[in-house]
Amino acid sequence: MSVENLKPLPEKTLPEKLFLLRFRVDSVNHLILNKDACRECDERTCLIICPSEVYKWDEGRNEVTVSYEGCLECGTCRIACKEGAIDWKNPRGGFGVSYRFG
Amino acid sequence: MSERFDAIVVGAGPSGIACAYKLAKSGINVVVFERGGAPGAKNVSGGILYSTILNKLIPEFWKEAPVERHVVRRRYSFLSKDSDVSFDLKFASFDRPPYNYSFTVLRARFDAWFAKKAEEAGALIITEAVVDDFIMEDGRIRGVKVRREGGEVYADVVICAEGANSVLAEKAGRKRPDPFSMVLGVKEVISLPKDIIEDRFSLEEGQGASFEFFGEALGGEAGSGFVYTNTDTLSVGIGCPVSALKDKKLKPNDLLDSFKKHPSVKNLLRGGAIEEYSAHLIPEGGYGALPELVKDGLILVGDCAGFVNPSVYKEGSNLAMASGLFAAETVIEAKKKGDFSKKTLDGYVKRLAGSFVVKDLKRYKDVPGLLRSTPELFKEYPERVLELLQGYFTVSDESKEDAHREIKRLFRSKVSVWRLLFDIYRLRRLIT
Repeated sequence: MSVENLKPLPEKTLPEKLFLLRFRVDSVNHLILNKDACRECDERTCLIICPSEVYKWDEGRNEVTVSYEGCLECGTCRIACKEGAIDWKNPRGGFGVSYRFG
Repeated sequence: MSERFDAIVVGAGPSGIACAYKLAKSGINVVVFERGGAPGAKNVSGGILYSTILNKLIPEFWKEAPVERHVVRRRYSFLSKDSDVSFDLKFASFDRPPYNYSFTVLRARFDAWFAKKAEEAGALIITEAVVDDFIMEDGRIRGVKVRREGGEVYADVVICAEGANSVLAEKAGRKRPDPFSMVLGVKEVISLPKDIIEDRFSLEEGQGASFEFFGEALGGEAGSGFVYTNTDTLSVGIGCPVSALKDKKLKPNDLLDSFKKHPSVKNLLRGGAIEEYSAHLIPEGGYGALPELVKDGLILVGDCAGFVNPSVYKEGSNLAMASGLFAAETVIEAKKKGDFSKKTLDGYVKRLAGSFVVKDLKRYKDVPGLLRSTPELFKEYPERVLELLQGYFTVSDESKEDAHREIKRLFRSKVSVWRLLFDIYRLRRLIT
């Protein structure tokens, strides 16, 4: 066994991890927000709880933005949002994330 | 296109495919709609498949199925910040067929194989097909609306096997799960040469290990971590209740990264490379969170019905397959009677009630509440117990009597022994 094998697992940032995945990206966003509710929301759990961090607060536009392209389709945002402000529609058939291992 | 089948299954996971397989074998005209590009493309599990039901459907399936390793070694570790105490079990009988029905799997591969078996049995499996809603006529479900031109498909019965994040089940009236009853699993598949895996986990060829980590695995939060061995990869992940992530404002990816850096975990991963990152919800609300399971023309199976044993057994896919099988048996019976009303489909609920699925969910019904009401279990208790053990094993030139007295004094100053005993009694249901 070579010494090479004894290196610690190389760390990866979240964008690097997402880069490993296969996405077939649709032109249509499947995560529609009620942006007024998001503006009023004092919790904005979506900004933290999403495992691929698709939700960001855009200070300039004063709204939550969605990078639906990196969505892992777990649905955590949908059940964590106290406002019920995320209208989830499954991506078009064959689109979205496609796991090689799962 | 206006088509008609005997039965429609929505979702090509373990429950949906088990159902379709059994139906097709019995000559029922069944179609499965799967929204992924292939069965398994959207599916994630920690990675251990318990398979008593699968073995009933396809005897000795392990001879042909893409299973990774059979689990002969199980380790349960309780972590403090930098130490651990473990129970390590290895059974020779688990190394022989039927391998204790426990195999590590990678779902994109396994589900694709299982779906192929259903297809060979005569089920029609249509991928890239999203089901958006039901067709309602005369106040009952008559079919589904597939997202495509003229995508109305009719059947006597619809089996909803859409999984943990089921929008469709909500359209049938099941309420949206709450953050307390859902666990978010986040996982990485890490490649590592086969020989190193076998050497590192003390395994022979084909043998597998499951390592579960409790306590400080998640920085003291409720939940657990795991490392499972596949053929030439490891499945490494965490599961944390959505309510805990929400309340403590924890980022799932950060939790996973910190778990991987724990001294008791990081050396298991040396020499590896991350191949895939994934996330999936697990319904762990238990018996108390079960929805209404049948309606006229509709049966809920698998994760969208909440069939996961939330105790230390962490059994999901086997319950899913059992529910799929019971749904199929019920549909076969309903077809004979020519009646798909709730009354006939209630046979499904009866089959479940008489089986390990609902018996186990009932037995462990208090587990979700117990875990929530005992935060000490994840931080305080592992820390204190490890401190006690560390004191016991620390070499010094004090007399053993003095040293033991001191560590006991220290332990009792921090932990109420009565409270601890009471909690152990209360929590016995987690494992028994």
